[in-house]
Amino acid sequence: MTNPLNLSSTITNISRRGVLTGLGAGAFVLAVGVPGSIPAKAQDAKYGGDGMPNGLRDDPKIFVAIADDGTVTVTCSRQEMGQGVRTSIALIVADELEADWARVKVAQAQGDEARFGNQDTDGSRSIRHFFMPMRRCGAAARAMLEEAAAQQWGVPVTEVEASNHEIEHKPSGRRIGYGAVAKAAAELPVPERDAIELKDASRFRYIGKGEIGLIDGFDMTTGRAQYGIDTRLPDMVYAVVARPPVYGGKIASYDDAEALKVPGVLKVVTIEPTPIPSEFQPLGGVAVIARNTWAAIQGRSKLEITWDDGPNKAYSSDTYRETLEAAARKPGAVVRNSGDADGVLAKAEKRLEAEYYIPHLAQASMEPPAATVRIVDGKCEAWACVQAPQATRDRLAGRLGIPVEDVTVNVTLLGGGFGRKSKPDFVVEAGLLSKAMDGAPVKVTWTREDDVQHAYFHTVSVERLEAALDAGGKPAAWLHRSVAPTIGSLFGPDPKHELPFELGMGLVNLPFSIPNIRIENPEAVAMTRIGWYRSVSNIPHAFAIQSFVAELAHAAGRDHKDYLLELIGPDRKIDPTAIGDGWNYGEDPKLYPIDTGRLKGVIELATQEAGWGRSLPKGRGLGLAAHYSFVTYVAVAAEVEVDEHGLLTIPRMDIAIDCGPQVNPDRIRSQMEGAAIMGVGNTLLGEITFKDGRVEQNNFDGYEVARIDASPKEIHVHLVPGPDYAQPLGGVGEPGVPPIAPAIANAIFAATGKRIRQLPVKEQLSV
Amino acid sequence: MAILRVNGEERQYDGDSSMPLLWYLRDELGLIGTKFGCGQALCGACTIHVDGTAMRGCQTTIADADGLSVTTIEGLAADGDHPLQIAWRELNVPQCGYCQSGQIMQAASLLKDTPQPTDEDIDSAMSGNICRCGTYPRIRAAIKQAAAATQGAKL
Repeated sequence: MTNPLNLSSTITNISRRGVLTGLGAGAFVLAVGVPGSIPAKAQDAKYGGDGMPNGLRDDPKIFVAIADDGTVTVTCSRQEMGQGVRTSIALIVADELEADWARVKVAQAQGDEARFGNQDTDGSRSIRHFFMPMRRCGAAARAMLEEAAAQQWGVPVTEVEASNHEIEHKPSGRRIGYGAVAKAAAELPVPERDAIELKDASRFRYIGKGEIGLIDGFDMTTGRAQYGIDTRLPDMVYAVVARPPVYGGKIASYDDAEALKVPGVLKVVTIEPTPIPSEFQPLGGVAVIARNTWAAIQGRSKLEITWDDGPNKAYSSDTYRETLEAAARKPGAVVRNSGDADGVLAKAEKRLEAEYYIPHLAQASMEPPAATVRIVDGKCEAWACVQAPQATRDRLAGRLGIPVEDVTVNVTLLGGGFGRKSKPDFVVEAGLLSKAMDGAPVKVTWTREDDVQHAYFHTVSVERLEAALDAGGKPAAWLHRSVAPTIGSLFGPDPKHELPFELGMGLVNLPFSIPNIRIENPEAVAMTRIGWYRSVSNIPHAFAIQSFVAELAHAAGRDHKDYLLELIGPDRKIDPTAIGDGWNYGEDPKLYPIDTGRLKGVIELATQEAGWGRSLPKGRGLGLAAHYSFVTYVAVAAEVEVDEHGLLTIPRMDIAIDCGPQVNPDRIRSQMEGAAIMGVGNTLLGEITFKDGRVEQNNFDGYEVARIDASPKEIHVHLVPGPDYAQPLGGVGEPGVPPIAPAIANAIFAATGKRIRQLPVKEQLSV
Repeated sequence: MAILRVNGEERQYDGDSSMPLLWYLRDELGLIGTKFGCGQALCGACTIHVDGTAMRGCQTTIADADGLSVTTIEGLAADGDHPLQIAWRELNVPQCGYCQSGQIMQAASLLKDTPQPTDEDIDSAMSGNICRCGTYPRIRAAIKQAAAATQGAKL
């Protein structure tokens, strides 16, 4: 008998992609086609996990199973993509459950938000939102085990205590294992939330300890771990798809005669393109289905396709940049205005202005998109590496015309996600191809070229900053114009402005003590699919703002760190809604104000650990940047060396993070290490460019990411000790990335005197 | 007809011998530990050993390996207890884990040739293996830990 605590539950269809919900009031809202809802009135607003579609669950009968042999299985409803969430969720439950970690397993939930609550794994939200519900789950299950043991022994429950996988009757010293009472415990009602007793933090065994091995560590080091690309089913066939090279394009004509001659090729079928805006639906194209992946790839290379490129065939990065720059040099939609920045700037004797350019990026997770779908007796089953399994289920149901309750989405491990796998277009492709093969299981594999050319790209932006300087060299006025095509263009008919959640990523919620601030968002028209990329709009905003502050400090002849701290100003808690950010990462502004003391704290910590102010040999420089994102505070001090040929190395990086209470410190460190390295790639190497509507890069030769030899020689992560565990948690997966680029750029300036205003750095230092 | 030994077992294949080992191992033999990352020998996710030497499975065909011995991550150590695998787990190297088969296979080849590698040796040997999660600092540390654990013994 296994899983006695797991009771079956009806699977119902309640689902919405939550990306645009909980945005609250802001400068702009999407008018049409938003897959989600925006609270109509302030008093309806819900925050945090409660504000996400389908909210939170904390029922141990959903998440905890205990077998007769005592094995505890925790169901993880959040998707694993390298952040360690399967380990962290399990250890939270195990701690409150008083389970022995050696006897804890983890199972992955299917996509079913009616049952599990919100499963959309993005926005650095998993532990932030599920820490307390998972604690309650574990604690409630512990109470049920104690009650069952007390009933079996006929003693008051107050005389029994669960500890390390056993329940003890304290007066008699009798003990019984969890497995022996699990079945009886499962029959008991779950205690009311108010009656659940959480452990005191002093008794935590795993939470905050950082001594837990990865629950998938063995599988990941022995080749046993199962990713989306690894699914194997009886009679499965393999597909690759030739997609329109220009967003919005379609097939004009095609000839598959040669493709069909390739041994192993079974069939060539077309996929209908989705009109712009294409949301999470496939781009369309010509699919080759074969007996193995290699035959499918060979067959695809023999297709003769003429494309009708459609409205975006003129998209070229060179001219688009000029368009963005022109927009940034004229007034645009005002998204924050305090004081009279225009007036002060117009009269200023001393001004500084700078423009920064940040290109498109592709997520390029090491596992490209891949999914397998079969349709049996009108029921669809998918195996896929998706961040948003309910969105996947809904899109499959909608496109295949199958009731959502007849669609099952099994979530594999994700070989990286970084936002790309929030969009299930590739799973829908597999669904359509299975349908074309009479329901046979079809695995769709994206090649790296497919992934680089058909990503949902990180936006491209021009950030223009102007400051009027007072006698002391401090800004009396600050004007920031941010111009970038919006993720909203995936959903709405031609929106031209950043959405509240994009503006709230470090643009409008600027926590500086400046009397006159004006922030504008001029129009930009998207000409490709724009999507989430780890840290999203924080990347361009942080790069521009934190570079500009260093430029201002230099112009004033001041130490950058001192100048930055003064600009942030006195310790205070800023209500984000008071400075134009009604989104605040979906969190309650009362629980999550912007705490300038914490921001200054990470700056002090990173600079102290890096030895800020020490003298460095010629060609070396220290650079600093700090950024608040995903309700977490991060500062980075980077040391760079630039040799006489302009070759850059990074001897050392110090990263300080204050994310509130820490659940799994080892995974916080690993996320900071990974953010640093992804940030190095973003800064030095990464760029997607378009010409004639087509992506110019194909693979890791044209689209470069950081390799081990570009990685900092030393990365030191400094965790600000967390407050008590009742305090709100911050995000971890994304906030490490935004300060990396400006810290490196500022270090390059310190080392060489060259100011980097355009990413990536690439050849800019060559001499 | 190609004949090769895969993880010690003799295999015969009479299909298209121009198929890269990557797809043969994954699709035909079900050895899914060898990963597809780029198909162009740019990322190292498909690294395997052919007669003891690290090779990219996406660029090595079945014909190339005819008569030779192929080792994948599944065959590196019987119980997954190669010193590198142990070090990888002790230091919690993986994040998403996808590239780690290739990383470990490449590192095993490095330690075979250079039992006590320096940072430069490691960077040089491992720079063909991309990790998008950024586990490089721990990869360096784990290789050194495994090297120390084996004290230069031949692996």
